[in-house]
Amino acid sequence: MSQTSQVHPDYNYKVVRQFTIMTVVWGIVGMTIGVLLAAQLFAPALNFDIPYLTYSRLRPLHTNSVIFAFGGCALFATSYYIVQRTCQTRLFSDKLAAFTFWGWQAVIVSAVITLPLGLTSSKEYAELEWPIDILLAIVWIAYCINFFGTLVIRKTSHIYVANWFLGAFMLTVAVLHIGNSMAVPVSMFKSYSLYAGAVDAMMQWWYGHNAVGFFLTAGFLGMMYYFVPKQAGRPVYSYRLSIVHFWALISLYIWAGPHHLHYTALPDWTQSLGMVMSIILFVPSWGGMINGIMTLSGAWHKLRTDPILRFLIVSLSFYGMSTFEGPMMAIKTVNALSHYTDWTIGHVHSGALGWVAMITIGSVYHLVPILYGQPKMYSTKLINVHFWLATIGVVLYIVAMWMSGVLQGMMWRAVNSDGTLTYSFVESLEASKPFYVVRFIGGLFVVTGMLIMAYNCYKTIAAPKVQEDTIDASLAIGGAK
Amino acid sequence: MTMFWTIWISVISLGTIVGCWALLAWTLSNNTGVAEGEEMGHEFDGITEINNQLPKWWTNMFYLTMIWGVLYLIAYPGLGAYKGLLGWESSNQGILTLAQSQEELLLDIAEDNLNEYAITIKRAQERFDPIFEEYARTPVEELSLNEEAIQVGKRLFLQNCAQCHGSDGAGQRGGFPNLRDNDWLYGGSGDKIKETLILGRKGAMPGWLAPFGEQGIKEIVAYTLSLSGRVVDQGLATAGKARFITCAACHGMDGKGNQMIGSPNLTDNIWLYGGSERAVTETLNYGRNGVMPAFDKTLGENKIHVVSAYVYSLSK
Repeated sequence: MSQTSQVHPDYNYKVVRQFTIMTVVWGIVGMTIGVLLAAQLFAPALNFDIPYLTYSRLRPLHTNSVIFAFGGCALFATSYYIVQRTCQTRLFSDKLAAFTFWGWQAVIVSAVITLPLGLTSSKEYAELEWPIDILLAIVWIAYCINFFGTLVIRKTSHIYVANWFLGAFMLTVAVLHIGNSMAVPVSMFKSYSLYAGAVDAMMQWWYGHNAVGFFLTAGFLGMMYYFVPKQAGRPVYSYRLSIVHFWALISLYIWAGPHHLHYTALPDWTQSLGMVMSIILFVPSWGGMINGIMTLSGAWHKLRTDPILRFLIVSLSFYGMSTFEGPMMAIKTVNALSHYTDWTIGHVHSGALGWVAMITIGSVYHLVPILYGQPKMYSTKLINVHFWLATIGVVLYIVAMWMSGVLQGMMWRAVNSDGTLTYSFVESLEASKPFYVVRFIGGLFVVTGMLIMAYNCYKTIAAPKVQEDTIDASLAIGGAK
Repeated sequence: MTMFWTIWISVISLGTIVGCWALLAWTLSNNTGVAEGEEMGHEFDGITEINNQLPKWWTNMFYLTMIWGVLYLIAYPGLGAYKGLLGWESSNQGILTLAQSQEELLLDIAEDNLNEYAITIKRAQERFDPIFEEYARTPVEELSLNEEAIQVGKRLFLQNCAQCHGSDGAGQRGGFPNLRDNDWLYGGSGDKIKETLILGRKGAMPGWLAPFGEQGIKEIVAYTLSLSGRVVDQGLATAGKARFITCAACHGMDGKGNQMIGSPNLTDNIWLYGGSERAVTETLNYGRNGVMPAFDKTLGENKIHVVSAYVYSLSK
């Protein structure tokens, strides 16, 4: 280990550090907006009658900032780190790396300005208007060139499985973003989609579901395939499982979009295909979870002492749960109950907070000491506190949304003997109110954890530097002890 | 859909499933050149991989979901224009417009050409239409005393009317009338309410800024406010009275309005768009356009009859 580190000591850590810090910053920003929105749902006056703070404008800012700012920075940071370490070579281009960092931050800042102003293309998770879309596309292509360029100049004979997932994520997101964002600009800040009617809806959810499938799943599986074996100090459980579930996952995910449009104007055949592929997709999704969790074989005891590993493994459990739940919700008859209810919100957050955020947090705790020349995080105790805050927060959140969602679904479909609906919409909203309060509390837990993380990272970064070899030695026995 | 697209869709969708199947079968036999359970021999930044067999339960689950998927695509529409063995259809798939949808639905029901949508509508008609036919035999005013009918009407009101008129029917600012105050724009008899619901209403108050100018508007506003006993500048009100002759065409010389054309009574201190000086000035300057949508297509006459009874009961 220390030998290889000496042969290739010159990794580009600068861009990794930048993206890692911004992961924490945007995580706090995006989740805090989420908590404000959660509060607005039971106390609407919290928009203070200011148009920029209304639910309608902050909601896309919340989704964009947690997915693309928090999740995006985490993916940039870890992919740049993983590709260098597993290819044993410096990044293809430092200049492109710096460009992607500043370009990506420019995209995020543009979102933070334009979305509260109400400038939106109105496509979910693709709200940014066309000039920002173009910038995003350019940055993304630079990212792809840099990543694949690094794979080309690798010093290892094979390409590690984490890089398969990262590569698939990058290529597909490029195709999705460019495909779905095609629009006719009518002014600097307004454009109309190139597609119309049901075709537009299908394009949007082809994009939307694969933003989940490739951005939030394949990308983070890449993260998982590096940080789980690294933190556990164990070999990956099954190479063959990783082959099957990689190819099956990426070929099936791309079909799943129509399940967002069950019982709409989308033709029957498209809905059926979306549902069938979504259900088959359940199995390869679990392949990743099995491979991650089984990697811990022989190292289960480490969970008792290592809260970073706990973050990683619990994230995989949430991943398994949401990838079971998702295909179930894609079944038309289940969807008839769950669609448009809070169940969907709960499902998304068990994926976004339980899986995406937790695997990111674990990875950041693994990364920060290495990037800043420290043997370990400033406080393991605080990591543990963060772990429990995050876990309890997520559980409160998703349980509240399950209950609220099923309740809504049941109330909306309840019919009297005369054929009239039993409940009005307002009545179902009233029934959901207590769950909205619980969800808000869950969100507060999660944000508090993030603030503790920021403090812990700051103390780690600010601590006096330690000799390089000590760090490598500690790494050789698998990260945090 | 042309044959080309059906083939295209079938080949890539079935190809995806067959490809997954083949990959799974191929990976189950060890083609890695490394003994099972051994390390693969690559090392990446200290990470190695083991050549473990795929878990059996997982493999079986994969096969089962794929078999189920293919069976589903044989039974239901999925592969392009192929309709599926069960002949199931959610709704008429060739529909392009709302009008066409309504026509075809009636036709489908009449010809017993039943897709799921037509089945649902047909069943609902069979079960619920008699109930409302029965209610419709009683005049609105009398039906408003029938507690059971009022509950049905209330639920329909909450689903269809509360968005504008509020859950309690008290209306809201911005032109959504209060239905509880017994002040009616178009008349409050059972038949009139029903007519409003069936045909909808369009209230058009023109803007008067151009003909009267700012000063003229000020005068009319003062006079208008004085009609409901508000304290105003007498000089302005007197000048406004002279101009009110124009307004009287719709609102009447006494300002009491005209239910025949839906012009509001200006003397009762009930204001559809707000009664502040500013709001009334706004109304006079730029006019107002009120729209009550027609519900005949949404609810049908018999349900409207029951809703009318509920609305009638609100101000009693």
